[in-house]
Amino acid sequence: MPADLRLLDDEQRALIQMVREFADEVAAPAAAGYEERSEDPAALYEQLAQLDLTGIAYPEDYNGLGLPYETYLMVVEEIARAYLGFAVGLSVHTLCAFAVNSFGSEELKRDVLARLCSGEWFGAYSLSEPGSGSDAVALAAKASGSDGGYRLSGSKVFCTRGNEADAVLVMARTGAAGAKGISAFIVEKGTQGFGGSKKEDKMGWRSSPTWMLQLDDAFVPGSRRVGAEGEGFRIALASLDSGRLGIAACSTGLAQAALDEALRFTAEREQFGKPVNQNQGLQFMLADMATQIAAGRALYRHAARLRDAGESYSIEAAQAKLFCSDTAMRVTTDAVQLHGGYGYITEYPVERFMREAKALQIVEGTNQIQRLVIGRKLIQS
Amino acid sequence: MNIAVCVKHIPDPNVPPQMDGKYLKREGIQGVLDPGDEFGVEAGLLLKEAHGGEVTLVSMGPAAAQEAIRRGLSMGADKGVLVTDDTLKGADALVTARVLAAAIKKAGQFDLVVAGVESTDGYTGTMPGSLAELLDLPQVTFAKTIEVTDGTVKVNRQTAEGYHVVECSLPALLTVTAGVNEPRYASFKGIMAAKKKPVETWSVADLGLAGEDVAIKQDVAGQTPAEERKAGEVITDDGSAAKRIADFLQEAKVI
Ligand SMILES: Cc1cc2nc3c(=O)[nH]c(=O)nc-3n(C[C@H](O)[C@H](O)[C@H](O)COP(=O)(O)OP(=O)(O)OC[C@H]3O[C@@H](n4cnc5c(N)ncnc54)[C@H](O)[C@@H]3O)c2cc1C
Repeated sequence: MPADLRLLDDEQRALIQMVREFADEVAAPAAAGYEERSEDPAALYEQLAQLDLTGIAYPEDYNGLGLPYETYLMVVEEIARAYLGFAVGLSVHTLCAFAVNSFGSEELKRDVLARLCSGEWFGAYSLSEPGSGSDAVALAAKASGSDGGYRLSGSKVFCTRGNEADAVLVMARTGAAGAKGISAFIVEKGTQGFGGSKKEDKMGWRSSPTWMLQLDDAFVPGSRRVGAEGEGFRIALASLDSGRLGIAACSTGLAQAALDEALRFTAEREQFGKPVNQNQGLQFMLADMATQIAAGRALYRHAARLRDAGESYSIEAAQAKLFCSDTAMRVTTDAVQLHGGYGYITEYPVERFMREAKALQIVEGTNQIQRLVIGRKLIQS
Repeated sequence: MNIAVCVKHIPDPNVPPQMDGKYLKREGIQGVLDPGDEFGVEAGLLLKEAHGGEVTLVSMGPAAAQEAIRRGLSMGADKGVLVTDDTLKGADALVTARVLAAAIKKAGQFDLVVAGVESTDGYTGTMPGSLAELLDLPQVTFAKTIEVTDGTVKVNRQTAEGYHVVECSLPALLTVTAGVNEPRYASFKGIMAAKKKPVETWSVADLGLAGEDVAIKQDVAGQTPAEERKAGEVITDDGSAAKRIADFLQEAKVI
């Protein structure tokens, strides 16, 4: 059962129905081709902008729709159900916009957020470095003050759409070692001394380009710093709290797609003279898959409602990311199993889903790190 | 330039049709804007974008046909007119044309009336011709491309071999074929704005029609399901398969 629309208001229902149509008619049929070609679906991102889906949860003053974050996440889930790699791009874009909306000056919001929300610009997020993954505080990229701005130098890794995006949120060190020495910047595409140096070849998410970025004395005007100097790490973490919910919604959409495929296949495939779904053993697997998906959906939407109400939601976001992405891994693996040998061949989409699920357990904080976040908060309180 | 686009609310063509005696069952069936009419709406919107003016959607149907009009409004049309009346249930193509003609006259002055070549549920294809006659307008059918320059419209008219180039003065009525343009998806802001756009609902009496004007004269003599498609021919390759497939395609005039 896909997400239940019964309790939504008219505006939300209209939005989700429109997104479902776009997802089913446009995004889903295109997904396998883009993945096979390892091609960024630029045309689909453009369409996202035309449909007003690039600033859903941000204020109307900056070209957003001013809708709840919960509604935005439901949109992400619907798109992920059709085409995960594309939904990840939307999630990353929104992550970049979040930082500007929550921490940026009025000038920066007019300058950058308005363009991100209208879809004139797409955003990316760059925290990870070769020597600094889970231990993000250890990041080494440097930003030194220079004539009305900063000069950035260093290497970044694993930046989703880093070379396609028009604006990349880059965390770099303006001060001493430790969290307080980090600042956040918006680096515009085409800035001299900045760009992708290598596109990674990956197991899945092949149409979601992952870049190694090189910063070589790249100049960023002071007006493009997000928040105060030294506030960068706090901004990075706050963005991740929000972004993790995006990954949870992506995970739920992917798991739903795998379940839908498994339901279809097990109804059509006959062995021993009857559809294989007539075996109770398989029905129990399907029941567990559906239940886990429903639980994950409830978890991320609960966290989102807390966020929309202005409550703290950090534990809940970590729980949702952990549970939903583990669910996606389990459900996609079971979907392959339910397809038998057909699940293992590329003609059926479930093998791709299984490869795609793996990255969800790694990005925006590995699931070990989610447990660490949850565990720490638990023993603190 | 002001454009009227005829739009029809039909049972979702993606769902197998159900019959109600000799007629297509419509009540309690999920309806949609006829996908063929989306091309008409898009054609109207493109002309509006190029020349200014307004696009008015005109429909006859049950109250639920509002949804088809809303859909067109969310794509960007400006206003809608729905003629709905119990006496119109089961209306034939001629009555439909009379009703739409009266509605279009009442709705305003139009430079262009656009309709699909045929509906995706009834397929008679006779309504637009009748409508042009009743409105006393020249009609150009099967439009592939539409170009308007001071008071005339130039149309590439689809034919089996290619297209005719047809020019006529405005006002005129055009029918557009499916696939002539790419109907836009309604944006979210479009959907929200559509809720506030005006839609007039008129009865037969509001149009000043009565008696013979709306008397349904056509009777459906019967209906039978189309013959099931036959299984295709299976060719087992004994070395001649390529030639036989090529011959088959040639016979079908595909190559
Ligand atoms: C497809 C893809 C897209 C990505 N997109 C982006 C992006 O857009 N922007 C960006 O900044 N980054 C991005 N990343 C990077 C991602 O966030 C990191 O890979 C992730 O945070 C883990 O860092 P790492 O790879 O350096 O692993 P490491 O931190 O080296 O971890 C190695 C292993 O050790 C475990 N581990 C580490 N520390 C601990 C601990 N304290 N306790 C328990 N276990 C621990 C980890 O869970 C993992 O299993 C992306 C990665 C991928 C694969």
